[in-house]
Amino acid sequence: MNIVALMKRVPTTDLVAQVSADGKHLDASGVQYMVSFYDEIAVEEAVKTREKLGGEVTVITLGPAGAQKEMRECLAKGADKGITLVDENWADRDALSTAKALKEKVAELGANVVFCGRLATDRDNASVGPMLATLLGWACVTDVVELDLSENGGTAKREADDGIETFSFSLPAVITCQKDLNEPRYAGLKGIMAAKKKPLDETPAPEGSNQVEVVSLELPPARKEGRIVGEGAAAVPALIEALQNEAQVL
Amino acid sequence: MSTILVYVEHKDGAPKRASLEALGAARSVSDNVVAVLFGEGAREAAAGAAGAAKAVVLSGDTLSPDAIAKAVAEVAGENGASAFFASATSSGRDLAPRIAALLDSTLLSDCVAVTVEGDGIVLQRPWLAGKLLANLKSNAQVVCATLRRNVFAASDQAGPGEIVDGPALGEGLAKRTALDAKEGGPMDVSEAPVVVAGGRGMGSAEGFGILEELAAAFGNAAVGASRAVVDAGWRPHSEQVGQTGKTVSPQLYIAAGISGAIQHLAGMKTSKVIVAINKDAEAPIFKVADYGIVGDAFEVVPALTEEVKRIRAL
Repeated sequence: MNIVALMKRVPTTDLVAQVSADGKHLDASGVQYMVSFYDEIAVEEAVKTREKLGGEVTVITLGPAGAQKEMRECLAKGADKGITLVDENWADRDALSTAKALKEKVAELGANVVFCGRLATDRDNASVGPMLATLLGWACVTDVVELDLSENGGTAKREADDGIETFSFSLPAVITCQKDLNEPRYAGLKGIMAAKKKPLDETPAPEGSNQVEVVSLELPPARKEGRIVGEGAAAVPALIEALQNEAQVL
Repeated sequence: MSTILVYVEHKDGAPKRASLEALGAARSVSDNVVAVLFGEGAREAAAGAAGAAKAVVLSGDTLSPDAIAKAVAEVAGENGASAFFASATSSGRDLAPRIAALLDSTLLSDCVAVTVEGDGIVLQRPWLAGKLLANLKSNAQVVCATLRRNVFAASDQAGPGEIVDGPALGEGLAKRTALDAKEGGPMDVSEAPVVVAGGRGMGSAEGFGILEELAAAFGNAAVGASRAVVDAGWRPHSEQVGQTGKTVSPQLYIAAGISGAIQHLAGMKTSKVIVAINKDAEAPIFKVADYGIVGDAFEVVPALTEEVKRIRAL
């Protein structure tokens, strides 16, 4: 089985975001990066799939040259090789343009199944996975919480607003991973050592045309100063009074 | 703005509220809104597509998202739509990227504002789970967007003047074979007007019992949870509020035993009113709260529940 996991490096979730001087970008100074939370789940599912069905796991990312920390982490957790599609403007690339760049690579590799996170925790678009599947003409199930995969296809459970949906599909397919799908493993020392010897390719990303223009970026409006209404259960009547008469939400 | 196509979800022969909000947002920037619907009861629901000049009902039925996307993209082409909107529901967020890709257009997800600027529209959407707000222009042939729930005013205008048959739904690649519906269960945390959330300070899975009671006393509340609580297995991930969970904007958010990590605050900071209950007067949650009570949740919450019950009985 030829298995691909898509991975994006994103700012760590503890980031206190600031707007850059031009008013159109995230201020990159001091930003630390990590593997997007849901992509960790995608990598884990890819490795589990190889453990069950055999084959090879390739992790693909679109990012800047030389940013290998996140890729090494995926390799340390069991992926076999990594490919970085190098684009110095990676952070500004829109979802469709990213999906198009990935499509070429995925097709070239002859992948049978592609795993990706349900969204990347920077732009939160939740678009690249289903867009990639659409461009390839493949099946896609999003927000998957349970997966049963065999050589030719499988069934996937999806978390929807009104319940859990079950889908059946044939391969090739794109699966976008929700938190409950698995528990990502830790990279042991052995994994970290092994990762250093695994192939990691960098190749230029195909040119893409961006359809999104940033007009401006802003910080969300600060909340107006609140107040402590009191201590312990004795403060409850004061709270109720405030919620009813001042905030008028009760 | 010329024609906007809106994907309308429906239940029991009427559009869902989230879709009426999407129609309202579309109507606020366009005089020619076209609704597209499919499935059992779609024709009946089409009449309720408030604000739409026309409704297109896809013929046939399918449980395949890729087949639905194809038919909707076809309707967008036939109607010369310059924009496509869907509510950011689980169905909207699943279908919209596929529809956008078929239209060779990118997608802006979970938008919180739509405004006209010149001959185009500017869409505002959160980045980094709301740590930043981006005002964006899409130069795509069809401007595709999903819209956050509970943000836009639902359209209360008249229904469509005409209801027409659209393209037939074809065979799809992935097929839904079952739906394990949560019938009459608690409201989803991203939909509920009141959210009662708990953190590590609730002590254990059992500790959430008093929050469930408070939610029940409100009647229109959902229970939410911090990441620590979900990771500990006390609550399901579907209830997690924050950067790796759900972003919520209820009328009232009550945080009990939640310290207020930045990842959590990103997910609930746009709530209309925030109440914090925490033993630690220095907890960061008090910095975003409108009203705070310093104290033990196990004393404060039951007292609050009794008061809410009393008020609701009046």
